[in-house]
Amino acid sequence: MSKTSRTLVTMPTTAKKGEILEIRIIVQHDMESGFRHTETGQRVPRDIIRDFLCTYNGVEVFRVELHPAMGANPLIIFTTVATESGTLEFKWSGDNGYTSSTSSKLTVT
Amino acid sequence: MIGAAAASVLPAVKAFATVDDATQAVDKILGNQKAKVGRVNLEIPPLVENGNLVTMKVAVESPMSEADYVRAIHIVAEGNPLPNVVSFYLSPRAGLAAITTRIRLGDSQRVRAIAQMSDGSFWQGDAATLVTLAACTEV
Amino acid sequence: MIKVLVICAIGMVISGVAVSRAASPSAERQSSYALMSADTKAMQDDPLLNPATFAVLDGQALWQESVGKKNRSCATCHGDATTSMKGVAASFPKFNSAKGSLVNLEGQINDCRVKHQEAEPLAYESKPLLSLSAFVGTQSKGMPITVERNAANATSLDAGQHLFNQRMGQLNLSCAQCHAERAGQKLAGNPIPQAHPTAYPIYRLEWQAVGSLQRRLRNCLTGVRAEPYALGSKELLDLELFLAWRARGMALETPGVRP
Repeated sequence: MSKTSRTLVTMPTTAKKGEILEIRIIVQHDMESGFRHTETGQRVPRDIIRDFLCTYNGVEVFRVELHPAMGANPLIIFTTVATESGTLEFKWSGDNGYTSSTSSKLTVT
Repeated sequence: MIGAAAASVLPAVKAFATVDDATQAVDKILGNQKAKVGRVNLEIPPLVENGNLVTMKVAVESPMSEADYVRAIHIVAEGNPLPNVVSFYLSPRAGLAAITTRIRLGDSQRVRAIAQMSDGSFWQGDAATLVTLAACTEV
Repeated sequence: MIKVLVICAIGMVISGVAVSRAASPSAERQSSYALMSADTKAMQDDPLLNPATFAVLDGQALWQESVGKKNRSCATCHGDATTSMKGVAASFPKFNSAKGSLVNLEGQINDCRVKHQEAEPLAYESKPLLSLSAFVGTQSKGMPITVERNAANATSLDAGQHLFNQRMGQLNLSCAQCHAERAGQKLAGNPIPQAHPTAYPIYRLEWQAVGSLQRRLRNCLTGVRAEPYALGSKELLDLELFLAWRARGMALETPGVRP
């Protein structure tokens, strides 16, 4: 797995204050569990994403700890309340120095 | 005789966790406490075509207000090599305690969801599923 | 003995239908999409849930990348893939008269690389080749497969049909016995599809990765305990041609998700 890869986020760009928004995010990562073996019987070492963090104007609003049982190309659908205009930042990090980030601007009226 | 021979070729890593491992993982989350059954709804398809990518939805009944919200949701599998699957950490900023993701299930099993509330109490729910494997061997 | 005769009869009926009709009936034919659970269908339908989307995006990037001694990208000659590649994937495999052999989409991509970019061919099942075939393939999404019998491909088509009907492996099974005779029935709890290659390359949940039709065919051959033909072999190409012809008129779904 390379040190970074694509992550795609889907969420509204505008919202009314107090509205609950659905956020969908998916990241390109094999999530090598560490339980697979090659044809010659060698164990393929673990190489997974371990953490996901969503911040809203710098404040943590949602966090995830991932274990090898999370499926490849992790997908998480979660919610957050539209409190103010600003930027939501999304960051994945994991084994072997892997990180991937993206962000999305939100206008709240 | 046969038992001894089998023991010498056991793999170094256990193939699957047992229900006891899952219980231990849950006990670690609960500390000294007990989890009450209810408020946590875990949805997994009852019959899964392939255990490599199983859509899982978890929702916890909660006003998600400053006074009363879900602090964390832990997912524990009883039949995977490792019992811990994923942990979600929330706050009143979430609005709802409802999350969808995709997990790996190594075998037919019961999956448990433990929710920790802001008042420190624990609630739990679970779902059982049958995991079928592909008909032809994979290369 | 009787079973062999039945299989030959089915084989003859299939080829008989081909000769007498211009377009194949799609009424009895069904993509394996129809056999999937609602969850897996939803995974395929929504690009933001489809794990193969990343392969398409990788292919889109590779399309623009200049490579080889000629320092050209696919875009240099083919421009915008959304127009130039429309319907292209749906027309493969085809007989290349200059080469004197069948070429599938992956083979064509490599021919372009070697001849027009003067770059090394990409290995079968390598991420870059799968990404490019996913990207080109999805430009034909929703379009019918247009592979027809012609003078050039007839010999290969017959060879592919013969392979489809031929018993193989320690289990002594032919493709037709499961996928023609018993399609819709269950094998170890899973429904047997008719085996139309409408969605390749696919993200197969079993592989936890994107893979080609040839990879899937090799799985089947291993499944009947036969020595699988090598990637890029004449046998797999002939089979690909027959399967595409058998599925002509059916819509491409690339990139598909399959269990």
